[in-house]
Amino acid sequence: MDNKNRASTLMRKTLMAVTGLFLCFFLVIHLLGNLQLLLPAEQAKASFNSYSQLLSGNIFIKIISYVLYASIVIHCLDALIITLKNKKTAGRYAVDNRGKASKWYSRNMGILGTLILIFLVFHFRDFWYQYKFGSLPKDESGHKDLYAIVVAAYHDWWYVLFYVLSMFALGYHLLHGFYSAARSLGLYHPKYVSWVRTFGTGYSYIITIGFAIIPIYIYLTQHVLWN
Amino acid sequence: MKLYLKIWRQSDAASEGKLVDYELDNVIPHMSFLEMMDTLNEQLVLKGDRPVEFDHDCREGICGQCGMMINGQAHGPIANLTTCQLHMREFKDGDTIYVEPFRALAFPIKRDLRVDRSAFDRIIMAGGFVSVNTGQAPEANGIPITHEQAESAFDSAACIGCGACVATCKNSSAALFTSAKISHLAKLPQGKMESRKRVLSMVKQMDEENFGHCSNTEACEVECPQQISVLNIARMNWEYSLSSVLKK
Repeated sequence: MDNKNRASTLMRKTLMAVTGLFLCFFLVIHLLGNLQLLLPAEQAKASFNSYSQLLSGNIFIKIISYVLYASIVIHCLDALIITLKNKKTAGRYAVDNRGKASKWYSRNMGILGTLILIFLVFHFRDFWYQYKFGSLPKDESGHKDLYAIVVAAYHDWWYVLFYVLSMFALGYHLLHGFYSAARSLGLYHPKYVSWVRTFGTGYSYIITIGFAIIPIYIYLTQHVLWN
Repeated sequence: MKLYLKIWRQSDAASEGKLVDYELDNVIPHMSFLEMMDTLNEQLVLKGDRPVEFDHDCREGICGQCGMMINGQAHGPIANLTTCQLHMREFKDGDTIYVEPFRALAFPIKRDLRVDRSAFDRIIMAGGFVSVNTGQAPEANGIPITHEQAESAFDSAACIGCGACVATCKNSSAALFTSAKISHLAKLPQGKMESRKRVLSMVKQMDEENFGHCSNTEACEVECPQQISVLNIARMNWEYSLSSVLKK
């Protein structure tokens, strides 16, 4: 067997759990910041742009952002290694009804994760890259006008739909991922396991609906109702 | 009732196997699934064919030998049941039933439905025991254990090592089996003393046997004839992390 000097199966899952939970924590902060976009347009613009300025200039946030990039990369690479190993070890059946014993999203975390990764490519290109390396107009307070970029991005209904569907992929990924991470880290007390499961379900709903509502709201208020 | 069977036939580990069609008449609904297989084998022997080989022993649901994949589900369509406890009344006249061996890289097929599950034995050998000097039997009440402790340890110890958890897992992970064996010893004072060393060596052996990762889908608990809880897996994960960190 060729497993010498390799991380054990359990260590790999611990790494998935730790990076995954950090990403879960990041999503909360990200959502709280983004909720400013639901304010009335003028207020949202001033608030969101100054918030973006605040974040981009903060050394603490800069450190967190590097941890974030590392978490995304490690989470993806570790998932790839785990999936390749599982493909090798798994038994295959001529007739397979094993799916009846578990939830579909718990068996398809890799596919959901890939969808999220594809989404992230567009997400980074359209906002992160624009803000960091693009030439953005300034708003009245002299901050980079990220709000204008956001509003412009959700001009097309299909782009809004792409966002909303991606958030559902994320939602199902979280629905299994959150409590699965607690399991991988070794939470075995039955009372707290059920608490974490309930909390994880609530968390997944809030994150999914919270992020999905923003593009819909902006599309409806800025592009449909006002024009 | 009449059944159309599609059964995996394979003469040895090295050769290719395939599903072979059989028709079986006069199946009585009260028969267990294994008795139905016996009936088929009787007919095959009378015809001069090689009977279908499958593992079985106690036929009362406690030995864990009768592993089969029936219509793509471990031990058939009923949750938490062994194949010997599955009865033909769960099927209808004229049904087509697919019977395959438990499949996993770690469970090589020996013949037909018979697989080599000795990987489980080697995991136990790696640490699934308590080291004691043999001698006189110790006083039973020498170490006080609460009823709840004993029951909890027994819940984990109820694992019969049938392999349904591995067969039903999309990754063929042995996490439920290994964790049950780790937990039932870790939950009692006699076993707790060696638990740090035990979890490291048993997990190492589990990985060397080429079982997959646990994805926490919990399908294993659904198919387990003994309803071994997936919380055993959580306990194993916790013990493993702790033991890895504290290892000298």
